[in-house]
Amino acid sequence: MNAVLESVETLPAANPKITVRNLNFFYGGFQGLKDINLDILERRITAFIGPSGCGKSTLLRTLNRMYDLYPGQRAEGEIVMNGKNVLDKSQDVNLLRAKVGMVFQKPTPFPMSIYDNIAFGVKLYENLSKAEMDERVEWALNKAAIWGEAKDKLKQSGLSLSGGQQQRLCIARAVAVKPEVVLLDEPTSALDPISTAKIEELLHELKQDYTIAIVTHNMQQAARVSDFTAYMYLGDLVEYGVTDELFIKPKKKETEDYITGRFG
Amino acid sequence: MSLTEASPISGNSPKEKYVSTEEQQRQIAARLVRQRFQDAAFRKVTLSFALLVLLLLGAIIGSLVWGSYPIFEKFGFGFLTSRDWNPVTNEYGAANAIYGTVVTSFIALLIAFPVSFGIAIFLTELCPAWLKRPLGTAVELLAAIPSIIYGMWGLFVFAPLFADYVQPFLTKNFGDIPLIGQLFQGAPMGIGMLTAGIILAVMVIPFIASVMRDVFEIVPPVLKESAYGLGATTWEVVRNIVLPYTKAGVVGGTMLGLGRALGETMAVTFVIGNTPKIAASLFEPGASIASTIANEFAEAGEGGHIAALIGVGLVLFLITFVVLALAKVMLMQLSKREGART
Amino acid sequence: MSTAISPLYRKRLFINRLALTLALAAMAVGMIFLLWILTVLVIKGIGGLNLAVFTQMTPSPGSPGGLLNAIFGSFVMVLLGTLIATPIGILAGIYLAEFGRRGWVAPTTRFVNDILLSAPSIIIGLFVYTIYVAQVKHFSAWAGAIALAIIAIPVIVRTTETMLMLVPASLREAAAALGAPEWKVVSYVALRAVRSGVITGVLLAVARISGETAPLLFTSLNNQFWSSDLNAPMANLPVVIFQFAMSPFENWVQLAWAGAMLITFSVLAINIITRVVFRQRTE
Repeated sequence: MNAVLESVETLPAANPKITVRNLNFFYGGFQGLKDINLDILERRITAFIGPSGCGKSTLLRTLNRMYDLYPGQRAEGEIVMNGKNVLDKSQDVNLLRAKVGMVFQKPTPFPMSIYDNIAFGVKLYENLSKAEMDERVEWALNKAAIWGEAKDKLKQSGLSLSGGQQQRLCIARAVAVKPEVVLLDEPTSALDPISTAKIEELLHELKQDYTIAIVTHNMQQAARVSDFTAYMYLGDLVEYGVTDELFIKPKKKETEDYITGRFG
Repeated sequence: MSLTEASPISGNSPKEKYVSTEEQQRQIAARLVRQRFQDAAFRKVTLSFALLVLLLLGAIIGSLVWGSYPIFEKFGFGFLTSRDWNPVTNEYGAANAIYGTVVTSFIALLIAFPVSFGIAIFLTELCPAWLKRPLGTAVELLAAIPSIIYGMWGLFVFAPLFADYVQPFLTKNFGDIPLIGQLFQGAPMGIGMLTAGIILAVMVIPFIASVMRDVFEIVPPVLKESAYGLGATTWEVVRNIVLPYTKAGVVGGTMLGLGRALGETMAVTFVIGNTPKIAASLFEPGASIASTIANEFAEAGEGGHIAALIGVGLVLFLITFVVLALAKVMLMQLSKREGART
Repeated sequence: MSTAISPLYRKRLFINRLALTLALAAMAVGMIFLLWILTVLVIKGIGGLNLAVFTQMTPSPGSPGGLLNAIFGSFVMVLLGTLIATPIGILAGIYLAEFGRRGWVAPTTRFVNDILLSAPSIIIGLFVYTIYVAQVKHFSAWAGAIALAIIAIPVIVRTTETMLMLVPASLREAAAALGAPEWKVVSYVALRAVRSGVITGVLLAVARISGETAPLLFTSLNNQFWSSDLNAPMANLPVVIFQFAMSPFENWVQLAWAGAMLITFSVLAINIITRVVFRQRTE
């Protein structure tokens, strides 16, 4: 779908960061994604919405080849980032994941201190001195708007934070390694409204530096937060366009039915 | 519904004559009383059998204390530290047996822990799905083989090979290192403390590996995916995420293995050499508490001998009890944390 | 970000590969030992396996003979032990699963049960010796059966409790909603629902006690001749194997291997069958 490139006049020009072409995905014999084509633009927030089972999480997880952990799941097609097809066998999965970060629905602090949670990912790929690491940890926690609450607790376990704080810790952990893309899979569905609002604010800031793709089952969130929205249904990409346009005047009837709550 | 139709309450079949309402209600009331009585009886009966289990433990400890009393009365705490074990002169000291039990178990754990860890990692992270069940069962079959079989295999097959190939190799390459070299001196007889320790290791591996595998599988996939998502390798995920998360379970499983190793009788009896002594070299024969009891009980005459054997038995039971209790506590900690998490 | 194949990354990949290779090696080691032991059993045991083993009594050194009295004795004592242990184990397991929510009895019993599960079996033998054999002043098959029962009980308690806990609350509630009293809900509905699991537990206990030697050493002892007197020492496979294997007589050693093969493959067969049948029922 190249409709998105036409309506981009309303926003400053942006280049595609990830180009998805003819993507098909299979869970064993079951096809979870059917011939997906779209561009995810640099430094924009792209939201994926749709009813349960439509494939939005599946699509997100192809972008960092997370499905590779599970035999029986496979993807065919092209996902091109920085000139290389990510699905290629020759693509090193660990290096890919160092550039494409992921935050999950349930906050997942590692069983270590707050400081170590952040440092873990950084240590994998960079050799920083203690001072540099301290700086990076502070920077990351600041980016996730949790430095104030965490700075006196750096040695305490990540589990000592509240749910909303833990999720911001996970976001800090993801940005600490300076990725190019951040994927978020329903990041606020397990959180209370106040934490949700804080994280949505955070995303607006983060998009200045990172390309963001977010899966959400909450349409209002998609409308609030994203620049582009993709509506998916049963493995198909039904419609993809500028968020305001998609929500106010959807081009397809199926999209309109979903948005107005006629089903799902 | 007519009162004369079949119903579970009245138990009337449709053919019975009409019964008055007061009669019906009396019958229902009587039935309810009966049921309450039955339930109470059921509860009491099952409770008493549960208490029987508790009683069993108490009786075991009690009988061991009672049976060994004469020996402790005679020797006091010296029984535990004396190395003289001489049925002829009625001198009994448990130190040799205790030494043998502890050393063989320690060797067993040293070998079994890394191997079990490797097996658990293999089964949870590397093994293709279709192989998981058969290989998991195969590991558990190792635990099902009776102890006496390990003893026979150890004595007739393993020990000769050990004596011909491994022991000379160890003596040649490690015998001259200061301190450690002491462990590998002596004639390669095949049987001895080291052999017993190795065979115990093989017996204990399936227990530890099973517990480790079970606790590794409890780790939430999301947590592991979070680490993979940062670009970590499989080993890094195991070392930094899975292990700390399952710490209590890993320790608990290891202690469970230790508990088993301490009490193992037949396998050790066949290969330890049954010579109560404490020596520096692991190639020397020795004796464990269990092997001593197994070997000497049949010929133990009157007098202190039987009481002494029961005495070491009591010591063994107490050591095992403490180890197993600790193991249970550790494992309970892990499952409590799991419950709190979800 | 400079993440081209840097030395740091190369080292990490190497360590990863090393660790995973070692894990594979560990698995291989385990399997090698298993196959080694089973192969040895077959090689050494099959030579001594003939009809005589099943038709003749244990011989004196140098004479031909079989293991009939030992096989019979083991069979009888395992059977008796199981018959004693099963009702005790199941009823105690029912208590733990059904009535164990409040009070101190259930948690304590569970704790003690798990300790007894792994307790040294030779101690159990000593226990039965002290309170029974020493009192009546003779060894007997009864004593052996009791010792085996004590070893079997914790296994059955554990599996019964685990199985009953798996029964969904909705099933129990449906029975209760019909007005059934608690004891009927448990015995007729819950227990029946997990019947195969409980039977599995009993079979696993049988497999466990079939191979036990130590507890029989001072309870049933051994008997060179045929005996069906439960109040006298009775022959049994494990103790016979122990005695024969450690002896210098060739025919005895050969019989020991044959007996070892018999026990091992029976025990393994029970284990494999229960796993196959049990898994099928729960899936």
